[in-house]
Amino acid sequence: MEKTYYNRKDLKKFGDIDEFQPELAEKFFDYYNDVFKDGALSAREKAIIALAVAHAVQCPYCIDAYTTECLEKGSNEEAMMEAVHVAAAIRGGASLVHGVQMMNQVKQLSM
Amino acid sequence: MKSLKASGKNLSDPKYQIEILNNHRESIKNLPRFRNKLNEIGLAPFKSTGIEIFQVNVGYMCNQTCKHCHVDAGPDRKEIMTRETMKYCLDALSGSDIEKVDLTGGAPEMNPDFRWFVEEIRKLDKHVMVRSNLTILTVNRNYRELPHFFADHGVEIISSLPYYLQRNTDRQRGEGVFDKSIEALRMLNDEGYGKKDKELILDLVYNPVGAFLPADQNQLEQDYKRELKRRYNIDFNNLYTITNMPISRFLEFLLISGNYEEYMEKLVTSFNPAAAEGVMCRNTISVGWDGFLYDCDFNQMLEIPVEKSSPQHVKNFDEYILNDREIMVDQHCYGCTAGAGSSCGGTIT
Repeated sequence: MEKTYYNRKDLKKFGDIDEFQPELAEKFFDYYNDVFKDGALSAREKAIIALAVAHAVQCPYCIDAYTTECLEKGSNEEAMMEAVHVAAAIRGGASLVHGVQMMNQVKQLSM
Repeated sequence: MKSLKASGKNLSDPKYQIEILNNHRESIKNLPRFRNKLNEIGLAPFKSTGIEIFQVNVGYMCNQTCKHCHVDAGPDRKEIMTRETMKYCLDALSGSDIEKVDLTGGAPEMNPDFRWFVEEIRKLDKHVMVRSNLTILTVNRNYRELPHFFADHGVEIISSLPYYLQRNTDRQRGEGVFDKSIEALRMLNDEGYGKKDKELILDLVYNPVGAFLPADQNQLEQDYKRELKRRYNIDFNNLYTITNMPISRFLEFLLISGNYEEYMEKLVTSFNPAAAEGVMCRNTISVGWDGFLYDCDFNQMLEIPVEKSSPQHVKNFDEYILNDREIMVDQHCYGCTAGAGSSCGGTIT
């Protein structure tokens, strides 16, 4: 049997975090549920943003949950992969833009 | 691809499927019984609300072998309704207030008496719906005449197109199916189907290409209308979303892919009392290819007949008794009550 730190069955236990601190858990889940309702952004748009963020923060639970959610909101595979590229582009860009800082320092130090 | 039956697989046996639905591993055994769920929400006894739709399965033969098919239909299936049984259906309909007749299969068009049957039903002034897989309309000259025949008889067409993209559709329904489906949709549009100014109704059916629930029906309909128009200049009337039922070939997929337990849990946790109240079995009677009566096409495939005290065969059809029958349920019924609900006419709530 495959053993990793992450167990996919633990996702279903997310709600159990209220066992140690119920008041904050309740506030969090109320807020969480409200965030994903249709608003200025549709629930589908929010699900695909969540999928991209899930890849950026590299949370396997979130990736599983929001992959399913995106499919159940009618997104397609092409759109979902584009969302992952958005996450990758921002992460990659965030590294590369610091290259300017490196260049600044090089120029500061160099003759 | 062969049908489960032609392959001699255990899952072609309805009794084996019911065993899997009830007793496959502890997690499945521990799921609440559907019957008890109905008790909890005050829907027991679960009775018919009166038959409005007379659904006839005219045979399991089909030119396609779709991966999710609850009928296990395919070219190797030989079960076909005879003209004699069709006459029993016509007798039942002629003395009844039922207005809608829903013809399904397999590919219903492959029954040799299909056109005769449609003509006879129309003579009774009943509305006819045909569940066409679309590709059959492109097979040869004989079938290519069908869009015109449908239009002549004012037949409503309901067709599966699991997605507006080729990749997803072909993955479920077979290679090349998407392109042929688009060709058939164009033929239907050319006859006036799906056009706003005409009365010829063309509806499409979405079902998930995998182990997940359907998206919101209205939102998907907007997507389909926009994308099919933009990409292929195709028009249609309504999109129906249907949940995949955990029986037959879709059950095989769930088991092989390791998704079965999670899918069943999802169906159960998504149980919607409002959907349960409006499920299609309550206003439908399903006639099998051999004339036996069932509460729905799914029960037909699981060989769960109508309540014992009701007439069992269409030749003994008694609308008064059948309108008051109790609906037979089992664990697969969660497929129709999950989320927004699911029926042959799309979502329920």
